[in-house]
Amino acid sequence: MPLTNDIQELKKFSLEIRKDVVRNLAEAGSGHLGGSLGLADIFTCLYFNILNHKPDMPDWDHRDRLILSIGHVAPVFYAALAHSGYFNPKELMTLRKLGSRLQGHPGKEHGLPGIELSAGSLGQGLSVAVGLALAGKMDKKTWNVFSIHGDGELQEGAIWEAAMSASHHQLNNLVALVDRNYVQIDGKNSDVMEIEPLKDKFESFGWKVLSCNGHHHKEIIDTYKKAIDWKKGPVVIMAKTHMGKGVKSIEDDYRWHGKPPKPEQVDAFIKELEQNQ
Amino acid sequence: MFTLKQLKPTRFGFGEGLKSLGEKYPNVVALGADITSSVSVNFFKEAFPNRFFSFGIAEQNIMGAAAGFALGGKIPFATTYGVFSALRATDQVRISICYNNLPVKIGGAHAGISVGPDGATHQALEDIAIMRVLPNMTVLSPCDATQTKLATIASVEQVNGPAYIRFGREAVPDFTTEDLPFEVGKGQLLKEGKDVTIIATGHLVWEALQAAYQLEKQNIDVRVINIHTIKPIDEDIIIKASKETGLIVTAEEHQIYGGLGSAVAEVLVKENPVKIKMIGMNDQFGESGKPEELMQKYGLTSGHIAEKVIEMNKQKQNNERPD
Repeated sequence: MPLTNDIQELKKFSLEIRKDVVRNLAEAGSGHLGGSLGLADIFTCLYFNILNHKPDMPDWDHRDRLILSIGHVAPVFYAALAHSGYFNPKELMTLRKLGSRLQGHPGKEHGLPGIELSAGSLGQGLSVAVGLALAGKMDKKTWNVFSIHGDGELQEGAIWEAAMSASHHQLNNLVALVDRNYVQIDGKNSDVMEIEPLKDKFESFGWKVLSCNGHHHKEIIDTYKKAIDWKKGPVVIMAKTHMGKGVKSIEDDYRWHGKPPKPEQVDAFIKELEQNQ
Repeated sequence: MFTLKQLKPTRFGFGEGLKSLGEKYPNVVALGADITSSVSVNFFKEAFPNRFFSFGIAEQNIMGAAAGFALGGKIPFATTYGVFSALRATDQVRISICYNNLPVKIGGAHAGISVGPDGATHQALEDIAIMRVLPNMTVLSPCDATQTKLATIASVEQVNGPAYIRFGREAVPDFTTEDLPFEVGKGQLLKEGKDVTIIATGHLVWEALQAAYQLEKQNIDVRVINIHTIKPIDEDIIIKASKETGLIVTAEEHQIYGGLGSAVAEVLVKENPVKIKMIGMNDQFGESGKPEELMQKYGLTSGHIAEKVIEMNKQKQNNERPD
């Protein structure tokens, strides 16, 4: 059951999530701001609309499984979990601190509800999603597996081993999403290691490729619905996003991949978020 | 006294154990990496075709996918050669399997130099070292085909988290029976002795027993311990042996750095430091040859073990002799 179909409401949640991402990372003093802001609209749509889940029953058997392969965007993941009801958003301010359930990269053993997989070493999540989807099919489960990837992550060879196996096993219960923001730590993907032509690559690996504007809530939801309805095999959504989305002064600047705002920047960034919503 | 029943590859024990698990537990599944018959997963595959999944020659993916199966409530066996499961896919084993503490059982086939003519690339000689440093991982290294079957079953029935099961390619002496209970984490005292203790793992346990039997004729009373669980290691049996015999020889088909010898030394240095001689690969790669030729060349036979025991025993007597 979606928590809401109201686009204005979803936009409000996205704004709240972005504000938390800025505050939490400034408090933590380290972490990845760019991708977390860039994925805020997608995570909002997932946790408030797409996913079949029960935040008060994190182990509910019929839940959809979300595998976050790019653990470094943990701040947006945690904020989405908190705001959708998995835990009190006040806890978000413990991000990356000693003893916190909110590890720098998601770590299940610390007890935060809603984490399916401890992850953060790039290139592993798609393999795990493949195994999980196969287990689900074996037992004729109705849940789907949703995996989230970065575009830079596609440079990992293991992604393509997994992509090959997903179509070999005809996994029509697996929807991967690529955060297509064209940048990574060292700069543009095309300068670091070209990954295009992505559509051709995935299609030649036997995947259905869809794309959407990763900041347009209705488009994200409609694309996910289309992906879920595709029953011939695995689907990948190329979601075009802007790293740092919402804070105009940092948008698309790759230098913001892996750093937090300074405490004195928080107010200005939040003001920008409010103006740009 | 243990006697030779037959020569049998330990991988067959793995295949039989996996098949019997399949009969007992409907959630046991197996993942294959192309070499299904050479790692004996074919026994399971033929019996349970719907619970076998082919992943091709892609070891990183097979380990990640196994983690996914475990998240989905299955007990997956991901099996390939030890060199690949321990080394090619180490990061997947570390993060997706061990950090998540999932019940993935990893088969490490073609362990040791006795792989033979395939040569260095396929002889797993570092897998124990890699696997035993990973938190949450249990490392099993059974001594013959019969025990490999029991170890495989125990990896599911006695271990909740990830486990690595090491076994070999060649036919080696099969000398234990299913009556010898397999308890994960418990070393096995196979022969009593008071002069020197040989602590061995894998099929070198047979060589250690042969060395001990030979040395009886020279009035050297040798204790033989089988460490079939490298991790968690049985500290008590090792410490007791060190106190009662004073000298330890370790024997394994693995690099001496990081393997059984190191694990034993780590135990003794804390509790009762005694001299240890380590028999294994001396920081070197293997090569092609017949298994028995290689065991001879690299000093891994009962004769080599006996030599080390005699050497140590002489030193002990010299030290004990009053000047």
